[in-house]
Amino acid sequence: MLELLYAVVVGPVKDMLGAPTFLAEVVIGGLAAGLMYSLVALGFVLIYKASGVFNFAQGVMVLFAALTLVGLMERGAPLVAALALTMLVMGALAFAIERVVLRPLVNQEQIILFMATIGLNFFLEGFGELVWGSNVKRLDVGIPDSSFMLWGIQINRLEMTAALTAAVLVAVMAVFFQRTRIGRALRAVADDHEAALSIGIPLNTIWIVVWSVAGLVAIVAGIMWGAKSGVQFSLSLIALKALPVLILGGFTSVPGAIVGGLIIGVGEKLAEVYWGPLVGGAIENWFAYVLALAFLLFRPQGLFGERIIERV
Amino acid sequence: MRVDPSAGLTPMLEVQDISVRFGAVQALERVSLTIHRGEVVAIIGPNGAGKTTLLNVISGFYHPAEGRILFEGRDRTHLRPYDVAALGVARTFQNVALFKGMSVLDNIMTGRLLKMHGNVLLDALYWGPAKKQELEHRAFVERIIDFLEIEAIRKSPAGRLPYGLQKRVELARALAAEPKLLLLDEPMAGMNVEEKEDMCRFILGVNDEFGTTIALIEHDMSVVMDISDRVVALDYGRKIADGRPDEVRADQGVIDAYLGVAHA
Amino acid sequence: MIYREAGQFKSTYAADQAVFPIRQDRILVGLALVAAVVALPLVADEYWLQAVLIPFLIYALAALGLNLLTGYAGQVSLGTGGFMAVGAYSAFKLSSAFPWLNIIVVFLLAGLITALVGLMFGIPSLRIKGFYLAVATLAAQFFLVWLFNKVAWFTDYASSGTITAPPRTVLGVMVTGPEATAEVRYLTALILVGLFAVIAKNLVRGRVGRSWMAIRDRDIAAEIIGVRPLRTKLLAFAVSSFFIGVAGAEYVFLYLGSAETLAFDINLSFLVLFMIIIGGLGSILGSFLGAAFIVMVPIFLTNVPHLLDLAMPVALQKQIELMVFGGLIILFLIVEPNGLARLWQIGKEKLRLWPFPY
Repeated sequence: MLELLYAVVVGPVKDMLGAPTFLAEVVIGGLAAGLMYSLVALGFVLIYKASGVFNFAQGVMVLFAALTLVGLMERGAPLVAALALTMLVMGALAFAIERVVLRPLVNQEQIILFMATIGLNFFLEGFGELVWGSNVKRLDVGIPDSSFMLWGIQINRLEMTAALTAAVLVAVMAVFFQRTRIGRALRAVADDHEAALSIGIPLNTIWIVVWSVAGLVAIVAGIMWGAKSGVQFSLSLIALKALPVLILGGFTSVPGAIVGGLIIGVGEKLAEVYWGPLVGGAIENWFAYVLALAFLLFRPQGLFGERIIERV
Repeated sequence: MRVDPSAGLTPMLEVQDISVRFGAVQALERVSLTIHRGEVVAIIGPNGAGKTTLLNVISGFYHPAEGRILFEGRDRTHLRPYDVAALGVARTFQNVALFKGMSVLDNIMTGRLLKMHGNVLLDALYWGPAKKQELEHRAFVERIIDFLEIEAIRKSPAGRLPYGLQKRVELARALAAEPKLLLLDEPMAGMNVEEKEDMCRFILGVNDEFGTTIALIEHDMSVVMDISDRVVALDYGRKIADGRPDEVRADQGVIDAYLGVAHA
Repeated sequence: MIYREAGQFKSTYAADQAVFPIRQDRILVGLALVAAVVALPLVADEYWLQAVLIPFLIYALAALGLNLLTGYAGQVSLGTGGFMAVGAYSAFKLSSAFPWLNIIVVFLLAGLITALVGLMFGIPSLRIKGFYLAVATLAAQFFLVWLFNKVAWFTDYASSGTITAPPRTVLGVMVTGPEATAEVRYLTALILVGLFAVIAKNLVRGRVGRSWMAIRDRDIAAEIIGVRPLRTKLLAFAVSSFFIGVAGAEYVFLYLGSAETLAFDINLSFLVLFMIIIGGLGSILGSFLGAAFIVMVPIFLTNVPHLLDLAMPVALQKQIELMVFGGLIILFLIVEPNGLARLWQIGKEKLRLWPFPY
């Protein structure tokens, strides 16, 4: 019994403290991975904040964006042109989604919209594979996947770039939502579609704008993920991980998505490296979800989410 | 039914100095009232006065920050809503909380849940005692359906009914529980004159025939005058009047509250 | 004309509460049962039984279970695959540890174990609702699959990591294992799903079903009129998981023959969810219709190009399948959120008047 306690509690902590540089590397790796999750979660938050829709298909949109970008570049387009074209494609996708999926379901319950986005997820997966093929693709954005040393700790260039980009993106988003008129309109729409319509907010335009912005975020996320691990279908599974991030951070909070992502990223890495060997590894498959579940039991609205006050 | 409050019987419901806060908003402040067995009490007041909050506290949905609630003489302040229901309290809701996915009949049968004692295994077989019970409850519910004259719509999905009929079905569902105390939240909102007359007839009928104690929130003064034994007026979370309908109607504080005269 | 109800009066509540109050329906169901039990095994060939009918029956059972939880009680679950795995692996361990135990009993015990696991994962549902709950069920899905993967005890330390259904007989007839004929396995699955459908129907038309639907439609109002939310939700999780666990056991023992955890991944969860969305949430018939539909789509996509003499590569077929599934989900949610079951009902309404226009 004591042995078990030792192995589970004391041992890993000793390992952590015994090799601090390694610990730092694991943590940094976790932070970087976490930031990537945050990028995907950010797309969710945007769409949820603006249209009240929990877009299950966000992960697939990331994949689709990456696929389009890589596909165009493989056919000889230079990076900048490919980026521009991908943005157009994502914009068109946003338009199509608004027209075909969102508008007909405009005042249905959230769970119906959620299930519609699950359908969208599958559709885009099939469609993406159909158009661009199913083999893994390499995405080269001109940043080497090499490391440099800082204070004795190994840091990966690509991960750092991703982290910085994400940080910039988040700052821009935060300002956008809080300070601009459009941001305010978006928040009104998220609260109540019909009410927003009735005071003259152009719902359809707003939705297209938001889904396009989410598409942009998806492109960034797709580039970062794709450059790191190649563009392949497991990307959409990774995106499922964004869900626990949202639970931690709350569905409507941009800073929450970041903090949640970082916690999940670091937590996952630490769990896998230090506790994984005890149980045969691959804890990463479920750790994030169980962590989210634990959080939900104590704070059903997440760290930053709004308290849901139910009325009768 | 006129009940003499000094008859020495334990009051059906006593609300003592209840206070409820939502963050910075004081929804109810030291509100007290007593309802006697068999009375029909109307609760009136401008919008936002705290009337629905009061009903919600009595139902057990909110727990008061201060004060006590006594049901038939015993302290029931911190019960969960389903336990309050088990004590014999039934209610209707301001926004018609019917179960949209079920038929009218099923909605009313749901009201009867507390009287149904079941065994999941027997239910799964729908045989013997489970079937017998189901049919007995169906017979009881049919009597309520007759009483409220909604036979024609009993198989209709509740979500597709016109508003007035939905309110009637909600009343039926509340009655199915054979309650001692019936709480009605604006049972006649949105109804035309004829529908209101029908509703009044039903409410008085319930009070007369079954002796059910009734507390209702109502805005229509003529209805209040007609059917209530006593009227309680709330404004900004405080009780400002409590007495016979004609007394309360003439009360200056009540008139001011409705006309929106500012006061401390 | 043919489908008229006129003249069929109900003089007792018992008659009114019957499952098939209209005489024509009773005849139809009777015929369908006879066809299913007697005619089909004689007429259908090996391919149809193995590739279409048996999986249809098993998926229908799983869909039935999920529909009770999600369609009737309103608790969204994405953990169906994981729970089917619990059923399958429990059945495997039970049948290997107690080889003398009747295989049907093994299935039912596996269902019970799954019910207990479902109960555990259902406890959070009191505090968590809607898609938060869906994400919480994902925890169950990923954790359970990982568990069966990692802990070799579950596969009896097989080096291949797969579980295989051992040969077992019932009343002298081989029901599982390589020698069990498709007809026998089909009949077993049919009888089981039939029994479970009856149980499900009985539950939903009575007290239990009403308390589930009350929680689904307005959980707060339900609580105020006396429904006990935790008890009701836990019962839904338990019963639903029981059904799904038995379906999982059947999945390996009556259909696949052997399986590894990959067979129970999140795609299975989505598949069963699609079945109940397309078939109709909150409908017993819908669970069957949805299962039939989902099973038929890949069959359709495999065989139609063949008939039209078009060669379709397997990868393309899979992609079109995904697109069709996804597209249909969206279509159904827009056009008829109550699924095929409602379309069926509307069809019957029209049939009442046919051939008259109104």
